[in-house]
Amino acid sequence: MTDLYENQRAMRRMRKQAMDRGVIAILDVGSSKIACLVLRFDGPDRFRESDGVGSLAGQSSFRVIGAATTRSRGVSFGEIDTMQETERAIRTAVQAAQKMAGVRVDHVIAAFAGARPRSYGLDGQVDLADSVVTEADVARVMASCVVPDFGAGREALHAHPVNFAIDHRSGLIDPRGQIGNSLAADMHLLTVETQAIQNLLYCIKRCDLELAGVASSAYVSGLSALVEDEQELGAACIDLGGGATTLSVFIKKHMIYADSVRIGGHHVTRDISQGLQVHPSKAESIKTRHGGVVATGMDDRDMIPLGGDTGDWEHDQRSVSRSEVIGIMRPRVEEILEEVRARLDAAGFDHLPAQQIVLTGGGSQILGLDELASRILGQQVRLGRPLRVQGLPQAATGPAFSAAVGLCLYSAHPQDEWWDFDIPADTYPARSLKRAVKWFRDNW
Amino acid sequence: MQPLKRAVTTPPLARKPGGEAPVRRDPAPSRVAYRLNRLWLTPFYRRLLRIGVPVAVVGLIGLGYFSDEGRRSAITDKITEIQRSYQERPEFMVQMLAIDGASDELAGDVRALVPYEFPLSSFDMNLDTTRAAIEQLDAVARAHVRIRSGGVLHVEVEERLPVLVWRDRKNNLTMIDSTGHRVAPLITRTQRPDLPLVAGTGADKPEAVAEAQALYAASGPLNGRLRGLVRRGERRWDVVLDRDQVIQLPEQDPVRALERVIALDQAEDMLDRDLAVIDMRIPGRPTLRMAPGAVEKFRRIKSLELGASNG
Repeated sequence: MTDLYENQRAMRRMRKQAMDRGVIAILDVGSSKIACLVLRFDGPDRFRESDGVGSLAGQSSFRVIGAATTRSRGVSFGEIDTMQETERAIRTAVQAAQKMAGVRVDHVIAAFAGARPRSYGLDGQVDLADSVVTEADVARVMASCVVPDFGAGREALHAHPVNFAIDHRSGLIDPRGQIGNSLAADMHLLTVETQAIQNLLYCIKRCDLELAGVASSAYVSGLSALVEDEQELGAACIDLGGGATTLSVFIKKHMIYADSVRIGGHHVTRDISQGLQVHPSKAESIKTRHGGVVATGMDDRDMIPLGGDTGDWEHDQRSVSRSEVIGIMRPRVEEILEEVRARLDAAGFDHLPAQQIVLTGGGSQILGLDELASRILGQQVRLGRPLRVQGLPQAATGPAFSAAVGLCLYSAHPQDEWWDFDIPADTYPARSLKRAVKWFRDNW
Repeated sequence: MQPLKRAVTTPPLARKPGGEAPVRRDPAPSRVAYRLNRLWLTPFYRRLLRIGVPVAVVGLIGLGYFSDEGRRSAITDKITEIQRSYQERPEFMVQMLAIDGASDELAGDVRALVPYEFPLSSFDMNLDTTRAAIEQLDAVARAHVRIRSGGVLHVEVEERLPVLVWRDRKNNLTMIDSTGHRVAPLITRTQRPDLPLVAGTGADKPEAVAEAQALYAASGPLNGRLRGLVRRGERRWDVVLDRDQVIQLPEQDPVRALERVIALDQAEDMLDRDLAVIDMRIPGRPTLRMAPGAVEKFRRIKSLELGASNG
């Protein structure tokens, strides 16, 4: 645990260095594409108070100066499985983004979808020494949270304090300065497989880059695709990616649950490829150009030539109707959504005050998906596109870039996590020099 | 029946239409290319390559070329040759020297001081040093040297006007101007009998010269009896008349003291009498010293007047 703690702290330091230098790259390692954006941070002085532009949670402080995407290779289910291929893909994306930006980037913040994220709710309680809550008390209560045994080979990726309570008053965002007898905290801990992080770290190291942060793509696509009141009142963001579908649940502007379903757009493509006996690239083009999930009578007459170059005349002259394609796609999409539904039910999503569901990611562009989703997931479904950020090219504003844009927001203004608070002195071993130094620093 | 028209099919991505070797679908930069690209985007290396390398190459080529002595001297020779051919154009040549405002004697001296052999290019002349050399002459107060159109080096001289003849302690006679500056030596006093004479150390100080001129201006009524002025102790004047009469003037206001003596002379014919020294050094107490024989004579006359017998 402390090892990870140190890792995360080192990454925070790296992020700070990058901020000082003013340029940072963000890398969305997806199963279907790898996107790299280069951000320039101009500092808080770019806008004055009188311009009417506030900090906007850090959005006004950066600008996208380079953007590149490349077809992903070596990534499946949102995890890296062929290191060399992935490394080459990352190199391609980073080099193209650097070329567009005209600057060299050394620090990168990455997000990935897979690695079987698992959510835990933690809570802890401490008695306050003197009735006023101080920063040290906050650190103490977080240290007192009981960490569940999430198993070997897993690591905490996010650990957000989501709620504070003093005595019997709950729902506090910032308890500092308040008066009470005991302080309790709730925390959301997201763990992923260590191996996935290590693979990513290795790939990024091989590209001569420094990792300045890792985020779950479920979390960051929620940051960009959900609007503020949805985050406040309770909503789920479902990112339909290529290899995995991630979902995250937000309330009171905190993520309280995240999970991923290991089915995605690639499975739909493979179904078409298998069902129609065509090359996967042809199947992909049929899916994107003619695909859909709701058939109408017109679709029976809409014939799609399949083509082919086998030399067999009959085989190369085949064509299918659009309703046949829909007939192949729909069960698979239904399966994804039902799986998501099961995960949401398991998380107790139906107990939230508002149950808005936002579909985003490249898969959300399937025609008629919102209609199908509202049947499976409930009435409040909308399609979400990422927030607009400064300097983002038009080509990167689609729903497939939710995670990339969310990662920009995350890098500009990360939420305080467990490791951003000081370690309380009594967690150090007794007789440690660090403990003595810490005690002196706290008391003088 | 098969239709004769061939269906348009999209070629698979993996193969070129001609059917040769498959193209690479996902081109990625190699590790070396990627590193070089990042190096190129580093500002320091970028500047090094874009400015440093060309400068170094040009510098090395230049260094290699100029390391040979023969090439270096050839280049400097060529440069001087071009320079000379420009400087020696007829527009810049000076043919003669013209001197204005100097007596013939002084003009000869000035001519001797100008060190140039005409014709000469005006680029080779240093008019400032020439002017300074001319102004070193005692008889020259100021000189203007310029090159006039038509190739004439024009020297305009303002001569010093001698106002006094100064006899110093070694009996050398010198003419000095109103600032006390030496103008020219004299061999005998008779060369310039029109100039008044001063003597003594410190008589050529500017303030002494001014006083001497004022005293001479005031001494008109002495009717040519004045032989000269002697500076005493570098602070006051003695007026020396013929018959070795001396009027000792005070340090302060000597002209008034001289005027008083002249007034006494006009009223009483004082200077015609047998006086040796008229001491006016203390204005409130003028003192006369009679000539050595005069006292005896005065006493005898007095006793005769009183009717006394000698004894």
